[in-house]
Amino acid sequence: MDLDIAIQLMGSSLRLATPLLLACLAGLFSERAGIFDIGLEGKMLAAAFTAGAFAAVSGSAWIGLLAGIAASMVLALLHGLASITLKGNQLISGVAINFLASGLTALIGQNWFHQGGQTPQLSGSGRFLGVQWPLTETIGQIPVIGPVYQNLISGHNILVYLALLTVPATWWVLFRTRFGLRLRAVGENPGAVDTAGVSVVRQRYAAVLICGLLCGVAGAYLSTGMSAGFVREMTAGKGFIALAALIFAKWRPWPALWACLLFGFLEAVGIRYQGISIGSLQVPVQFMQALPYILTVVILAGFGGKAIPPRAGGRPYVKER
Amino acid sequence: MGATGADTATGRHGDAALAIELVGISKSFGPVQANRDIDLPVRRGTIHGIVGENGAGKSTLMSILYGFYTADSGEIRINGKVTDIPDSLAAIRAGIGMVHQHFMLVEPFTVLENVILGAEDGALLRPSLAKARRELTRLAEEYELQVDPDAIVGDLSVGFQQRVEILKALYRECDILILDEPTGVLTPAEADHLFRILENLRAEGKTIILITHKLREIMAVTDEVSVMRRGQMVRTLVTAETSPAELAELMVGRRVLLRVEKTEAKPGDVVMDVRDLSLTDASGVERLRGISLSVRAGEILGIAGVAGNGQSELLEILAGIRPATGGTVSLHGAPLDLSSITNADERRQSRMAHVPEDRHRRGLVMPFAEWENSCFGYHREDRFDGPFDTLNRVAVRQHARESIEKFDIRPPSCDLKTANFSGGNQQKIVLAREIERDPEVLLVGQPTRGVDIGAIEFIHQQIVALRDRNKAIILVSVELDEIQALSDRIIVMFDGRISGERMAGKTDERELGLLMAGIDPAKGQAA
Repeated sequence: MDLDIAIQLMGSSLRLATPLLLACLAGLFSERAGIFDIGLEGKMLAAAFTAGAFAAVSGSAWIGLLAGIAASMVLALLHGLASITLKGNQLISGVAINFLASGLTALIGQNWFHQGGQTPQLSGSGRFLGVQWPLTETIGQIPVIGPVYQNLISGHNILVYLALLTVPATWWVLFRTRFGLRLRAVGENPGAVDTAGVSVVRQRYAAVLICGLLCGVAGAYLSTGMSAGFVREMTAGKGFIALAALIFAKWRPWPALWACLLFGFLEAVGIRYQGISIGSLQVPVQFMQALPYILTVVILAGFGGKAIPPRAGGRPYVKER
Repeated sequence: MGATGADTATGRHGDAALAIELVGISKSFGPVQANRDIDLPVRRGTIHGIVGENGAGKSTLMSILYGFYTADSGEIRINGKVTDIPDSLAAIRAGIGMVHQHFMLVEPFTVLENVILGAEDGALLRPSLAKARRELTRLAEEYELQVDPDAIVGDLSVGFQQRVEILKALYRECDILILDEPTGVLTPAEADHLFRILENLRAEGKTIILITHKLREIMAVTDEVSVMRRGQMVRTLVTAETSPAELAELMVGRRVLLRVEKTEAKPGDVVMDVRDLSLTDASGVERLRGISLSVRAGEILGIAGVAGNGQSELLEILAGIRPATGGTVSLHGAPLDLSSITNADERRQSRMAHVPEDRHRRGLVMPFAEWENSCFGYHREDRFDGPFDTLNRVAVRQHARESIEKFDIRPPSCDLKTANFSGGNQQKIVLAREIERDPEVLLVGQPTRGVDIGAIEFIHQQIVALRDRNKAIILVSVELDEIQALSDRIIVMFDGRISGERMAGKTDERELGLLMAGIDPAKGQAA
């Protein structure tokens, strides 16, 4: 495989991994605080639609991003209300949010734009376009380093870099700050946090809202960065792949990055090699496209090593009687 | 404080001497009145015991004091000043620390992280951790509270975890320390160490409230003791002027036998023989390392040990609900199948019965009615057969009513949901079901955990009566008192091995305590 193809493949992996990474870190904040969230998918979808719609109407990708974040955070609040305040079942709330987002985006989209649930095609400032780093032309002349700089490091849109920066930021917040200590504690033993005089409810809401924020960015990236507009069901299971990556990474930020890059890579391979043959056997396109989902199933079946979720995960906090 | 306090018998020490004064505290959970008009004066610089049966309202009262629950009515005075405690933060600010019965620790965290949680000095952890490290060193020296600050709490033994809990409270500069059933999980030596720590704290002028159901501990360390019964405060006494018998009577409201009355055992033939039983669990840890023992007809074999030294696993293997990885068990000479987790039914058919350690998880289906629980495990027997292979509800309910009468299960209603019975009565339901078939071997784990004194007496009598009918009984309990009171022969387990065997009449608590820590005094070295 020559260098150019390798670089293209890696660049494409990175772009495809970005929404997964943002959603994965979103899930990490929520689940580390003890709130399981299978509604990542729905929040991303809602954000993708809202971002696409607002960007189309306003002509600004940034307004789209803010609107996407807002939509995602509203759903996050709903999940918080159901699972923290009302002490409901977190899985059911998550499923409900997925259905809600799936139905509402199609319905509102059709009523608003009359394009079969899609939002209008975005162009110019309505999208997040690739950012050329300084001296791209000059450094681009150098062999090996040049193409890497030009096509792998430079040239992505701002949200890709934001997603990458979120990894060390998440690590730092979780393991170096008071907020992170309490957040992790509340996911392991909320009783310990409560008896230490800290509000479990407030801590969990904070985590859920951060989750909403990051899902919002992930969704906005889909419709205003990676594509030029919203298409029905455009998340296509990315929220669930992000969950698989989260489990694979054992709820830790850096491994989450590697896990998401792996999924992004498989997706990139699936897109690029549609029609390769092994010997005389033609590998079906569908198989290549299914790769990330196959890996998801393998990981969730426990082949990714034993993953111990946060101990209080999935359970509402009720003071013992 | 007003005239009300001065009028009560124990308020005579005056305002300034009282660290805590609870006045007229009431608290209901739905229809259940957990605390009713409770007054409690606690003098500063003393160790104050609170005793009472399970469900007497001790823990609720202390949870109110710690801000975990809020009282429906009543007043809390700290150092003579009326103080509102709506949450734990307010309690901490008022100088109250609490060591809960179920530790409130974050197991994957280090000791330091647990100590600073909620008491951090700023948004960043580093300075708080450094300060806590210095502080812990000082506290360790001052109070014999040595713990490795970087150890992961989940890896520590319960004794050390308890120290972390005490350190948490001291780090928050508490003046008043509440301990809820602190010795339940400790060896006698660890408990002694704890009491030394408490005495050191008292010497520093701190006030300690000790909740326990062990009268021996009350007598050993407290200055004053308050007795609670059915949500009410019965009396507060000076410990030196009372006796265990008086306290027990106040707790139960009638005279109770503190010792089990039983005659000398007349052991017959060996009924069950265990050879070289071993167990390695899924994570590769050896839980049992070559256990050999036998039990005879007409004797109670007690298995003592601190929780987690393999007793539970042994009991489960014998009961056929956990496979062993090596060794044999024979019943009347015939080998038992040890390879599956689904042998419980087979065991019952060979006339073994099992009262599991955790009755909520293993012994009963809590949301089901009493009559349903009264037949589980035996529900396929002919006498419960109805038409078309259904359960004969009339027969089962008839049988349930009989055992309710025989075992004095209260309230006497076989339609009541099992969860609505008290701990003692739930245990009686299990015991009635298992004993009633007159098994050749009874395996019984923690028969009186969470059971009140009155019911303990009854349950013990039933076990002894079964022995006197010439049956073999294996009793696993972490309560040394219970082991000593019931057993004819005692085996002590430590770290998956048998660290010693003694005849019940020829040993004492000190010797058993050493064996529980893995030291055989007869050999003078670690077993």
